[in-house]
Amino acid sequence: MDELVVAGRSFSSRLFLGTGKFPSVASLRDTITATGTEMVTVALRRVDPTADEDILDAIDDDRVLLLTNTSGADDAEEAVRLARLARAAGMPTWIKLEITPEPRYLLPDPVETLKAAEILCADGFTVLPYCNADPVLCKRLEEAGCATVMPLGSWIGSNQGLRTKGALEIIVEQALVPVVVDAGIGAPSQAAEAMELGADAVLVNTAIGTAGDPVAMGRAFKLAVDAGRAGYLAGLPAAAGGASASSPLTGFLSTS
Amino acid sequence: MRVELEHRPQGVPDSTAAADLLAIDLTALRRIAASAAAPDVDRALRAPAHRRGLADFAALLSAAAADRLEDLAAAAHETALRRFGPTVRLFAPLYLSNECVSVCTYCGFSAGNEIARRTLSTDELIVEATSLRDRGFRHLLLVSGEHARIVSKDYLVDAVDAVASVVPSVSVEVQVWDTETYRRLVKAGCEGLVVYQETYDRSTYGDVHRKGKKRNYDWRLAAPDRGAEAGMRRLGVGALLGLHDDWRAEAIAVAAHARALMRRWWRCEVSVALPRLRPAAGGFEPADPVTDRDFVQLVCALRLALPDVGLSLSTREAAAFRDGLLPLGITQMSAGSHTEPGGYASASDAEPQFAISDERSPAEVVAAVRAAGYDAVWMDTIGPRR
Repeated sequence: MDELVVAGRSFSSRLFLGTGKFPSVASLRDTITATGTEMVTVALRRVDPTADEDILDAIDDDRVLLLTNTSGADDAEEAVRLARLARAAGMPTWIKLEITPEPRYLLPDPVETLKAAEILCADGFTVLPYCNADPVLCKRLEEAGCATVMPLGSWIGSNQGLRTKGALEIIVEQALVPVVVDAGIGAPSQAAEAMELGADAVLVNTAIGTAGDPVAMGRAFKLAVDAGRAGYLAGLPAAAGGASASSPLTGFLSTS
Repeated sequence: MRVELEHRPQGVPDSTAAADLLAIDLTALRRIAASAAAPDVDRALRAPAHRRGLADFAALLSAAAADRLEDLAAAAHETALRRFGPTVRLFAPLYLSNECVSVCTYCGFSAGNEIARRTLSTDELIVEATSLRDRGFRHLLLVSGEHARIVSKDYLVDAVDAVASVVPSVSVEVQVWDTETYRRLVKAGCEGLVVYQETYDRSTYGDVHRKGKKRNYDWRLAAPDRGAEAGMRRLGVGALLGLHDDWRAEAIAVAAHARALMRRWWRCEVSVALPRLRPAAGGFEPADPVTDRDFVQLVCALRLALPDVGLSLSTREAAAFRDGLLPLGITQMSAGSHTEPGGYASASDAEPQFAISDERSPAEVVAAVRAAGYDAVWMDTIGPRR
């Protein structure tokens, strides 16, 4: 069984789902079922315990792990505070660490993210950081004790796919923890592409939540992630390169 | 003087490249090397360099790949050129001592061999290092037998300190130590650690290492991890081909170890070497002589599957053969080597560790390198970690 293991916990789905941007709680609930996802992120700032129905009601937490998202935090201090608040409220101690100081592209701050990761890991949290597709930063986050690294394909909500492909390949090659491509995946084909290059999972929100039919799109993403993973495991053949004829490089063998 | 007893547990610590290596299914990879067919070789050859995995490496070692040797060589040459350019780094081994308390069947220094023994003093070391510097060398590899009293921690720290005052780049290939001792060596100016496992096959390892501290396989296997933790910037691993009867199995283990080190110690430069056993005092006969053709295939496969790893080639190999291997992806070469303590500044009557084969002077090696269109790089250091 090809299971994903994160921090000692097994997941049979390699599709993580973000829960913002869905038209309704019911639609989110149905999409979670359609995708087969076992990990969903919930922004702490979106949780409203006083509401009649909120995001948490859509999530069957026996089957699906809730990943508390620190989104909205603009520095390490804020993110650490949010994570501790979630823990105090009895939410799981698995944290999607997201620190995005600028509101336009919501790009992650590498310095603050590393700082917060060090604090939260030392404090016993299971930390899954959203970060730039920076191979060195990913190694530093791994060394800090993060359970995964979650580099971006392109910026949040952009649907631009794997703009960072070259860097993602290096990250996948070097990582000792699972690599989750987070942000920018706008179509099932792009999710498949991420899985084909060796990512361990993808995290998708906008492309599913804002689709004409989120449930159907969720199903499409599930198929794409499974297909991409299967392709990766099967060993992708490379595109043919130009054959190069040159003078023999092994001629010395016959003379020596 | 009291000889300290090391804490030397069996097994390897978690979160080390050694542990990563032990978790890899090497048997499955050996099966690929034994059974890969033409399409497997084709796929491995066509994969982009950074996407090649250990399964590709195993396929490239197969008999099916041997039929495609010229294709392997062309691809290895192209990969090497793109990554390293037409350059090769030169270094010289500087033997400190041939005293040894270990009994290893294949080594000229083995305790019990009736040979002339010698240990260089710090002053003698400076004379030797200076003589090598005058010939162009800026990178010296300090090599020694295993003798915790004569070649003690303090002796080694002093040796590194002395040689680092002469050349900017010093590495060691000596008995394995604990992290603290490696830290002292780094502080003294050592930037690199070379530890050959000799053989990755546990049973063979036990057979050829009859006596001495070197018998502890796991302690040795995790030595590069300890060195890296202590701040060594360069790590070298390898196996001595001819100890175990399956050279492909050794190559697979070396490649897997190098990859594990590169992932775990991502700040370090990792290099590998697969020296073929040479005649030495004691008269050990290689278990599985690796032919020249096999060796070329091995170098090409390493270059293709580990495009970033350094590949080191010593004077054990013959001059024409070394010249032929150069464009296939060798990144560092020794030249004009002596494998006995002393011998560079003036003749030494101490016993060498093994007989060398390429007897050209450093200047002659440089001339050959240049004639091939390559640059012989003497100086390539960022210095030890401070």
